[in-house]
Amino acid sequence: MSIKADNLVWKIGAKTIIDGISFAAEPGKVLGLLGPNGSGKTSLLRLLARLKRPHAGRVMLDDRDLATFRRRAIAQRVAFIEQHATTNANLKVEDVVKLGRFPHRSMLSGWTREDDAAVGEALERTGMSAKRLDAWQSLSGGEKQRTHLARALAQSPRELILDEPTNHLDVHHQISLLRLVSSLPITSIIALHDLNHAAMFCDRLIVMQAGKVVAAGQPEEVLTRDLLREVFSVEAHVEPSPHHSRPHIHFAR
Amino acid sequence: MSMAVSVNRLDERWSRFVWLAGLLLASLVAIALVVGISVGIGDMPIPLATTFAAITNKLGWTSTELNRIHETIVWDYRLSRALVAALCGAGLALAGAIMQSLLRNPLAEPYVLGISAGASTGAVLIVILGLGAGAVSLSTGAFAGAFAAFLFVALLSNGARGGADRTILAGVAASQLFNAATSYIVTTAGNAQQARDVMFWLLGSFGGVRWPEFFLVSVVVGLGLVACLFYARVLDAFAFGDEAAASLGVNVGQTRIILFALTAVMTATIVSMVGTIGFVGLVVPHAARFVVGPRHSRLLPACVIVGAIFMVLADIASRTLIPQQTLPIGVVTALVGVPFFSIILYRMQRAS
Repeated sequence: MSIKADNLVWKIGAKTIIDGISFAAEPGKVLGLLGPNGSGKTSLLRLLARLKRPHAGRVMLDDRDLATFRRRAIAQRVAFIEQHATTNANLKVEDVVKLGRFPHRSMLSGWTREDDAAVGEALERTGMSAKRLDAWQSLSGGEKQRTHLARALAQSPRELILDEPTNHLDVHHQISLLRLVSSLPITSIIALHDLNHAAMFCDRLIVMQAGKVVAAGQPEEVLTRDLLREVFSVEAHVEPSPHHSRPHIHFAR
Repeated sequence: MSMAVSVNRLDERWSRFVWLAGLLLASLVAIALVVGISVGIGDMPIPLATTFAAITNKLGWTSTELNRIHETIVWDYRLSRALVAALCGAGLALAGAIMQSLLRNPLAEPYVLGISAGASTGAVLIVILGLGAGAVSLSTGAFAGAFAAFLFVALLSNGARGGADRTILAGVAASQLFNAATSYIVTTAGNAQQARDVMFWLLGSFGGVRWPEFFLVSVVVGLGLVACLFYARVLDAFAFGDEAAASLGVNVGQTRIILFALTAVMTATIVSMVGTIGFVGLVVPHAARFVVGPRHSRLLPACVIVGAIFMVLADIASRTLIPQQTLPIGVVTALVGVPFFSIILYRMQRAS
């Protein structure tokens, strides 16, 4: 098992945001996290990346409690892409991607060939090589998101956590980003809003509601008419797509 | 093929090294030159050659025959002043760059945590209320006040956990509080002459700084620069905010506390010595960033060099703009700095 959540609880003041969540992510697979606004997806992802500490329960990374890792050790294998991360610094694409090597370098060591290779490969994979010298401020939304993904890949992670990475992207960029993530040989945990995209690109899904897991399993097990009505308050028909055999959701007008 | 690539890489590194070494050398020469010019200017003008000869004589490198009065003026009075000016400019610019990066705010400057307001309160407590009965100097009082303000801000912003916006708000609140306290003391207890003295001190002056001040500020700014350079890469990781830095493996809380404390010590030392000289800490980092880019391993040394040169030039201007009179240095940094900054802002706009 790569990442495992064990009865996680997290609160803001007296309000419980994450209420006893357990699950395990399978190595090399894409785990989709679904749920309405405010169901606790972002908070859960932050707990998994150790940006917040759980009030109870624990996150296990290869059977070792995440709390026993040093910050840098976590960053050497878990990469996190948050929502809307931006900067006013006048950085180039290349500079942003190089940030991904930060956890692998000691305070004073030089830039190594290995660092160079990791950055080059990350740019190549995300299709940003041609833009490596472009200014961050000049990029479109899709390019910014791909640059973030390249930065995360430069971290050489074994686990990749993405918080709604397709927000504000046009449909072409949404699909190409998800296709890229699902083709990576690493474990990904990804919060999504688009249920059809989740069905197409995720190997397993977790559905959250009010800080709890209300359904988990393969897309065809999870995405049912009843669940969509109860959790998302929508009427829909679900049937296997004739094109890709994954479930496809037709929302009722 | 791979041989060719690695030779290219080596070549590239070597040429970059030569380039950087040349740049560093040129900057040091530029600093020496402005310091030399600054030393030459005054009631008794001294030629540049005499100045340098006096310095090398004193260091034991040469033994040129010189006018004893010239030698004394250069060594005992003017050189220390010019060097302290350079170091203060360097320290304020460095502190400003750190603040702008950590708080991710282009308006941040060394006094954003209320340090200048705290220093002035400390100073008026000594000068006007006579606290410490003469045993405590104005500088000590100012330093204590500056640090009191810094601790107040640290408490109010919940240590390091508060985040950038909260830190800035806490700094604004502290500045208001300590400025109000200063005004209260000046208006209720001070006479006109004392109020004038405090006002003059607040606007900054290099008059009266000698070698002891130089040694203190050179140690503080020198250690500050080394420590900040050690954190250069960590500061780069803050580009996308605290959370992004944490996800890259930065211990955000610890880094913030150390760097805030470091800038507070540098700024408080400078303020307690020469008053609150504005504008340098705000503008020099922007100018340096415009030239060398946002990466801190280059930006921080650039800030130190540009800050030093700018401050010595401002000191020259403060003594020459009006004959027979020395303007407060803070007035000059703003008067000279704003037009200069306007040009940078204009060019930044065109570049983007």
